[in-house]
Formats: sequence, C-alpha cells, structure tokens
Amino acid sequence: MTMTSDTTAGVGIGWGKRSLRSMLEESERLFAETGRYYGIERLTLKEEDPIRYEKLFSRLRGGMVNARETALNISASPIVREIGELCFALYTPEGDSITLSTGIMVHVHTMSDAIKWMIRNNYEENPGIEDGDIFCNNDAFIGDVHNADVQDILPIFWEGELIGWAAGVTHVIDVGAPLPSGMPMGPIHRYEDGFMLSAQKVGSKNRLHRDYELRCQTAVRLPFYWMLDQQTRIAGCQMIKEAVHRVIREEGIETYKRFIREVIEDGRRSFVQRVKELTIPGTYSVPSFMDVTFGGEAGRLPPEAAKDTLMHAPLTVEIGSEGEFKVSFEGASKWGYHSFNAPPSAMQGGLWVLLTQTLVPNDKVNDGAYFAIQNNLPYGSWANPDNKFCSVSIAWVYLIPGYSGIFRALSMAYVGRGYLEEVIAGHPGTWNMTQGGGPNHYGQPGAWTNFEMSSCGTSARYVMDGEDTCAAMWNPEGDMGDVEAWEILEPLLYLGRRIRPNSFGPGKFRGGSGFESIRMVYNTPNQVLYNLGEGNVFLGTGLFGGYPAFAGYRQSIKHTDMARRIAHHLPYPISDEDPENSQMIAHVEGVLERDKRTIHLPDPHAEYDLYLSVLRGGNGLGDVLERDPTAVVRDLNEGYLLPRFAASTYGVVAFQNAEGEWELDAEATEERRAAMRRERIEQSIPVEEWIAQQRTRVEQKDFIAPVRQMYQESMSLSPTWAAHFRSFWGLDDDWSL
Amino acid sequence: MTHYDKSTIADLVDGRLEWPQLKAMMSNFKDPDRFDTYIAVLQERVPWDDQILLPLGPHLFVVRKADGSIVTKSRSGYEFGDYRQNWKLKARIRVRDTEASLQELYPAMMHCTPGWMELREYIDPLDGTLLEVEAVPPGYPIIHSFQPDLETFYREWLGREL
Repeated sequence: MTMTSDTTAGVGIGWGKRSLRSMLEESERLFAETGRYYGIERLTLKEEDPIRYEKLFSRLRGGMVNARETALNISASPIVREIGELCFALYTPEGDSITLSTGIMVHVHTMSDAIKWMIRNNYEENPGIEDGDIFCNNDAFIGDVHNADVQDILPIFWEGELIGWAAGVTHVIDVGAPLPSGMPMGPIHRYEDGFMLSAQKVGSKNRLHRDYELRCQTAVRLPFYWMLDQQTRIAGCQMIKEAVHRVIREEGIETYKRFIREVIEDGRRSFVQRVKELTIPGTYSVPSFMDVTFGGEAGRLPPEAAKDTLMHAPLTVEIGSEGEFKVSFEGASKWGYHSFNAPPSAMQGGLWVLLTQTLVPNDKVNDGAYFAIQNNLPYGSWANPDNKFCSVSIAWVYLIPGYSGIFRALSMAYVGRGYLEEVIAGHPGTWNMTQGGGPNHYGQPGAWTNFEMSSCGTSARYVMDGEDTCAAMWNPEGDMGDVEAWEILEPLLYLGRRIRPNSFGPGKFRGGSGFESIRMVYNTPNQVLYNLGEGNVFLGTGLFGGYPAFAGYRQSIKHTDMARRIAHHLPYPISDEDPENSQMIAHVEGVLERDKRTIHLPDPHAEYDLYLSVLRGGNGLGDVLERDPTAVVRDLNEGYLLPRFAASTYGVVAFQNAEGEWELDAEATEERRAAMRRERIEQSIPVEEWIAQQRTRVEQKDFIAPVRQMYQESMSLSPTWAAHFRSFWGLDDDWSL
Repeated sequence: MTHYDKSTIADLVDGRLEWPQLKAMMSNFKDPDRFDTYIAVLQERVPWDDQILLPLGPHLFVVRKADGSIVTKSRSGYEFGDYRQNWKLKARIRVRDTEASLQELYPAMMHCTPGWMELREYIDPLDGTLLEVEAVPPGYPIIHSFQPDLETFYREWLGREL
C-alpha cells in the first residue's frame, strides 16, 4: 500500500477539514514539545465553570457505563453476561481515551492503539472512514492483548466532521484457532492464533457486511456466540454515539471539543499529582518469573518450542522529582516459541488497568495517565517481540506475572508516606485457567474458557487479611459466575466448588483464599482440557516478610468408576483439600495424572474423567510469627488452614476440644514462637557469607537448563542487566553463561 | 482539607480501624499532613531515639543518628549501614530450597520446585524478625527493593531540609 501524508487543510474528515493523520501528528508534536496533552497550558473550561466541567464528564462517563450495563444483556456468552468481560470507551479524533466504562479496562488503551494504527495507515483514504462504518480488531500487534479480545470501533461524526470514536471490546469464547478455546495453548506463531481481524472494516451504514457475517459462520467454533458478542459491542457503541450527540446538542460542539482535550490533560496532571501526593521518589525493584512447562510436549511441538523455559520480568519503577513515572523491564528475557508473548499495546494496557486500581482509582481515568508514564519495553524481549509473527494467544500468562510487582512497589511508597490503607502485597496469578473443547453436550463442535478465575483471592493489606475469592488484576469487578451458567456452556459438571485450604500466602496478614473446583466430563464422548498457571515457581512474593501464595499443579483422574458410583449411589469426591491427603483421590477409582506441568497442550479426557482446578489466593504481608494466634485458630476452624501448618508456619499450638473445634494453647504458642525466632537466627548465616558461598555456584553455572537459558537471554539482550549480574557476583567483564 | 488526628493514625498503624473507616480513608481525599502525624506515631513506638526519616516497612526505618549519619535501622535496634546501601547485605539469610523446608509452609505439590526457585528469608540478626522474603531462581542477585531519593523527597516534595 502506498502511504501518503496529508497534512493540508481542506480535504480531511477531521476538525476544520483536516486529515486525522495531521491531527494526530500535531497532537504528538505538541506533547513532545511541551509535555502537556495538545500543549494545553490552562484548563480554561474547568477554571471558568468547574461545575459544568464536572457535569460534562459525569454525563459522558455515565454514557459509557450505561452502554456496558445495557449491551451486555445482548450477549449469550457467560464470559460477558456473568463475568462482565467487556468494556466501552470514548476517544478523541486522534484516538486518545476521554472516559470509559467499568469492566476490562485494560483495553481502553489497546483500542487507542488500534485507532491510531488506522489513522497512521491512512484509513481515511482507503478503505475510507464514514459515518456508520464499523471497524473490528483483535490483532495485538496493532492494539490488543490477544485474539480473544475482539474490539469494534465506530467513528462518531457531527455535521460531517469526525469528532471521535466509540469503541467496545468483549472476550469471546472461541477464536477459530487449530486448538479449541479463546486462548489456546500451543500456538507458537501468529498463524495459529486463530481468526484475526487487523482493524478491518466489517460494516458500513450501521450494518455488518454480508461477506463478513458469512465468513464468521465458518471462521470460529460457536459462531452464534461470536455474532451475539459482536452485536453487543456494536449496540454499546451506538449508545455511546447517541450519548455524545445529546451532549453536543445541549452544550455545543465547540464546548465539547475544548472539553475532550482539557479532560485528558486534566487526567495527566491528576496522575502526576497523585504520584507526588502518595509516593516517594526513588527506584523500586520488583522482579518476577513465570515457568512454561512445554518440555513434556516433545513430538507435539517442534524442538525449539518443546522445552521448559523461565520468563524473567525485572520490573523497576522509577519515580522522579517532578512526579515522572518510569516503568522498565530492562533485562527481560527473550520472546519465545510459545503462546505467551506480549506486544507493547498489551503491556501498556496491563499497566494502565493496574494503576486504575491503586494510584488513580478516584479521579478522571483516561489516557491522561498513559501520557504521564514512560515505558521501557526492551525490543526483542517477551514484552516487545522483534518478531511480529510470534504467538500472543495468551499474552496474559507473561503479562500478569510481569506486573505482579507494581502493587508491591507502590505499597513500599505508601508505607513511606503513611498511607497504609492503600498497601497491598501484589496481585495473584488469575488461574488455574480451565479451558477445553471437543464435541459438546449439544452434539456440536464446542470450545470454552471458564472465567471463574476472575475470583481469585486478593493479597494481604498492611492491616488486614486479603479478601477471599473475589478479584482479577485484569477485571476489578471479579465474579466467578454461577456453576449452572458454566454447565450450560461446558460439557463438565461441577462436583464441588469450595474454599481451598492453604491457597493463600502466609504472613502476619495472610492473602485472601483461593478455591477449588472438581469437574467431571459429562454427556460427551471426549473433551480436551487445559490447565494454565505457574507450577515450578511462585508468582511474585509477599511484602515485609510475607510469603507468596502457593504454586500450582495439575491433577486429573482418568478412566474412573464414576458411572458406577452414580448408578449405585456410592460416595464420590466433592473436594480435594490437601494433596497429601487428597479427598478426590480417596473417593474414586481411576488413573491419577498429577505433576507440575501446569502449562501443557490439550489433554484428552473421556466422559466421567475428573479434573481439579485450584484457583490462586493472594500473597501474605508481614512476619508469620506476628499473626494473631486467634486468627490462625479461626482459619483452622473455618477450613482455611490445614492443621499441620498452624505450628510449622505460624508457631501456633492448637488442640481440638471434645466437639472437634480447635482451641488455642496460648502459653505453648508463646514458647514455640520464641523457639522459632531463635531457630531463625541459628539456621541463618550472614548475607555476606552466603554471597561468598553462592558465588562458587554461579561461577560453576550450576543451574537447571531453564534458569541458565533465562540468564543467557537477559544478559544477551541487555548489557545493563548483564553488568548488574556480573557486578553483584564479582565476575569478570567477559563472564557469560 | 482532609485531616485525621493522631489517635486515628495510631489506630491505622495498629490495624484497629474497622473496614468501613478504612474504606472511607481509601475513597476520601488524602490528608497532606499524614506523613508528619505518622512519623510522630512511629517515633513513639520504637525503643530508640534516632529520628525516623522514612519508614521502609513495619520493622525497618531510615533514621538519622546522633552523629548526623543516615542509616537503615530495625525496630530491634540493629543497624544495617548507610541507607543508600541495600540493607539486606547486612542481614542474616535462611534459604528454603528443599522440599522439606518448603513443606513447612506449603503442602506438597503446592510450592515451587527446588532448582527453579528458592525462598530467601532475610532475618533481623538481633531478634529473629523476618523482614523480607524473596522468591527468585538460584543465582539471582539480591534485590535492592527500594532506593529512596530522600533528599528530593524532603527538599522538593515536603519543602524542608533533610
């Protein structure tokens, strides 16, 4: 395609008949020159009439929320209806977000990227942008996280002039990849990621094109859900268009134009102000890691993909004297032949949605926050692949651990300032993610993703335990969904769903608890199932002596006697509880598959096979020996804590009374805790001595293959990180792995 | 302008506020005098007289000693050296890198796999308090979690000399 640059006035669809590209270029130039959105110095509308300004914002914001709450009822997908995996937002002509609804807010910035991509590629000339057009995108290298998040973007015109964009996103059930589900594990190139729409015009005159509709019928499994999701997005966008038109009719177009620029600059200033108000300038280092266990897939994946690997996310946050907020992944490991690479748009969206939950939850949330942040996403790393053809099928698998340090970094700052009410010990991995596909219980080719993972436990706060089973870092309104709703979509029954003991990170305040679901394949001859989650590593860690939440495992029991048990009304498992005394294993006959391969290709299951999903809890905060002993006893009595850990972890001595209830032995607890403190000192060594010991191991490169490869990648991609590693261990400048 | 009295901040530090009150604090505008009130509360709680300049956690503080030097110091009174250096280098360490040691905290199957990752416990040499836990692969350089720009914070953000 020939690229043309049109910066002349009088021919475009933008303001004053300018082209959209010239408007975008001007916006970027003014920001580069002044550091302020569109170079705005004074928020005149806000200063002159603050009440009107706030009302304007509220009306537009209300329009977004109304669009979401109404449109989600069109969808038939439980992911959208039950969990609320959708979001709507309003953009400037240049593609900067003005305001947004609740929901999966990560996409507010990804859709901004998609709009700007269309502008930069001169869509105005070809394929043209007209009132009533509908553009659809799910290409992460343009502006998205992965194929499963499908966006519709509609231009908004007023008297022949493009005055903005309405956009909506939903997470779809299936994307038509070779492997079933919305986020299949196994793609190693984008060619395998499924149906991809690269900001394609799919409709005009407010109707979808017939050729597109027909294509969708065979492009994905369950096209019924795909099309209803699309109608959901379009309906929400149409409601936004109407809301904007109402505001313009009442306030005037010139006021609207002034407002949408001021409110973004207001958002930027608000972000900077919050940084200076709540944090401490300095540098925060909060690295994290994620394992990929494709080593067991030899023969199913090519050699470059069939190996165990370890992702390195050396996240640092640098807060400058003027409130500059720099986020860097310098030293990140390389992109890879797996399904978890995360393009910059996904990374920026992920950061954005996290910050709206901690630093900027209260004020005008829009792309102003984006303009206030500087990102360093090293080119060639998993966070900015230099191969545009790598897979991004589940970019979240790296993105979620990658940012697990953001809450902890900010919490260190909050503790410095005394804003203890804001402190939280990170976010958990939002998994185990259960996905699958195959012939469904309606006799059709099926695919599904269970979103009960959006209700993991939150991490501990400075002054209280984390909350149980309620949240996901990517959707602040977590909801696990009714089991009956999932059973409509999935040919698996729930035998049980309950709190999982020890699923939180221990600490003075423990993380919120996760839960477990026992599923049985039912009313289908076969079904492939996936697990997804970390297994060999912890995701992040706790704060101030708190421990991380547990690392996962995979457990299925195949060829079971469940049919016989059901027919003869015999006991069957409704829980698992403890891997060392598994109730699931104890109450069914079958072939156990249990290991730490928590990321794997589709695993065949037959009818009556059982599958365990253990959903993560949050990290702990503070020293376990400072936990209120009565809270430990309460956890015992309420089934949150397995009895043997009261003493070994918390130093709490408890006994069961005649009624079977646990009671505290306060005196013995005090003695045990004192002994454990002494043991800590006796069993530990000075750090400087330990470094000298470990240096030998490092010199000998005594690491398992995934760890060695991780260090190799980080050192080869980043001379800065390599120098840091060598300097810490006192290695020669030419030392390498 | 939002303001909380010293007893409220003391209750916050001690975890005595009920959730509705805590939630209201989160939703409300922040109180600009929080830092000074907070430091005053903490200063009364430590068993030494050095001036707290910046809390780093429940048990760790950046303090100014009588000789004017600025160091990291724990509640127990242990001094970790110049505040610009990583305090962990002067702590004690215990590493959980075996199944037996990890299973004091987690059930089997529910902990990291030794070789992939280890838990490093940084311990106060005086009283055995667990100050921080790192979860990292073997060989990972010790993390310098927070390097505050103390001078900028005091001079430019608080508007007073350090």
